Amino acid sequence: MNGWSDAFNWLLDPTNWSGPGGIPARTEEHLVYTLVTLVVACIIALPIGLAVGHTGKGRGVAVQFSGALRALPTLGVLLLLATWLGLGFGPPLVAMVLLALPPLIAGAYAGVEAVDRQTIDAARSIGMTGWQVLFKVELPLALPIIIGGVRSACLQVIATWTVAAYLPLGGLGRYIYDGYAVQNYAEMLGGSIVVIILALVADGVFAIVQRLVVPRGVVLGRASDVRVRQSRSLVGTSGSTTAG
Amino acid sequence: MNWLIENAGQIWQLTLIHAGLSVPPIIVGLVLSVPIGWLANRYRASRGTVLAIVGILYAVPSLPLFLVLPSIIGTKVLDPANVVISLSIYAVAIMVRTASDAFAAVDVDVLLAATAVGFSTWRRFWSVELPLAGPVLLSGIRVVSVSTISLVSVGSVIGVPSLGYFFLRGFQVGFPLEIGVGIVGTIVIAVVFDLILAGLGRVLMPWTHRRSRRTRVAIRDETPELVEAA
Repeated sequence: MNGWSDAFNWLLDPTNWSGPGGIPARTEEHLVYTLVTLVVACIIALPIGLAVGHTGKGRGVAVQFSGALRALPTLGVLLLLATWLGLGFGPPLVAMVLLALPPLIAGAYAGVEAVDRQTIDAARSIGMTGWQVLFKVELPLALPIIIGGVRSACLQVIATWTVAAYLPLGGLGRYIYDGYAVQNYAEMLGGSIVVIILALVADGVFAIVQRLVVPRGVVLGRASDVRVRQSRSLVGTSGSTTAG
Repeated sequence: MNWLIENAGQIWQLTLIHAGLSVPPIIVGLVLSVPIGWLANRYRASRGTVLAIVGILYAVPSLPLFLVLPSIIGTKVLDPANVVISLSIYAVAIMVRTASDAFAAVDVDVLLAATAVGFSTWRRFWSVELPLAGPVLLSGIRVVSVSTISLVSVGSVIGVPSLGYFFLRGFQVGFPLEIGVGIVGTIVIAVVFDLILAGLGRVLMPWTHRRSRRTRVAIRDETPELVEAA
């Protein structure tokens, strides 16, 4: 089946670009759902992740908790909560937040853990308190990895709000299910293309943010390709040892 | 309880179908990502490009991919192949990054030593690089396994049978137990697959099992990166 021309006709049809069911309105809904989910999930996950990374306590629990959450099939959790708690925005939001927690927690603790111990010791030795170390040293250095966690969470959340339109919700998934109900492949394919574009744009934006948040000192101190350099110096050392 | 007994046959059948749909993406993910990851690591110029491509592939949402795929490869919309191929794409996307990191982590000195005692590139790959990269590859494929099994159920909304069928029907008739059976079934498959993979890891890489805690800690330290990539 080749539906590209139909899908593009659907995408270019002006009637699909206006009103409450139009592509701009659905995209806005999708973005608002995604944003609300990410904000709620960050409020829960980041303090936990930072605490685990900073203190080094509870790492095992955090890893296992994240792993267990990951194994939960999202669609099942989504529909189970909707069956228990009823329709509306709340139940799917709970499911989405649960889904976004593992990458956010993992990003936060992995980011803090990756900070060089010597840097932290240096910060302590000049008299910084634990909080100062966290907010002035660990957090800025960990930020690219933390944003990386937000990036994965965002992609999952965009994808899953699409699936969640199985429930009577707005968002871009509407086109897929409405199109499926009447076997309108052009609408399903057109809607899918819009979701894919949205996800790729979001991914690109986060990729740029990830670069921008690298502290300037880190950029200046970084060699162009650490790995190559390291291996060359290793070659050099082993060579000189042999020669000696 | 009655529902469980009456539907035991269907539960079992859909569990098998669900597991069956999950196997090919896991295998494809491992088999394709090892050479791609190795090449990406060996020719550093290609590393950035390869990782960028798999990053983009991974960013494509699942349900839209299930629907776009038929018009690219010419399958029917209801064909389970769409789900299997889409999930294989994700598996490769996750595993290529892991594989490239795993090969990058192999100590350069060890490779030089292997070459020095006369190993060809081919033999060095099979007897030095692959075994040393093995534990990281294993932890990557375990992540792939869990996420694949969880995503298979999404295919049910476009009519591809799996345990996801229970989610949809349970929701439509307002019967939480049925949804619960689907969730538990999915988790059971994930746990069984994980045990199988861990077991295979022990058989194929007995040294990871025998060695002291130090190695395990090192292997576990790789997990955050995998988690981040996922």
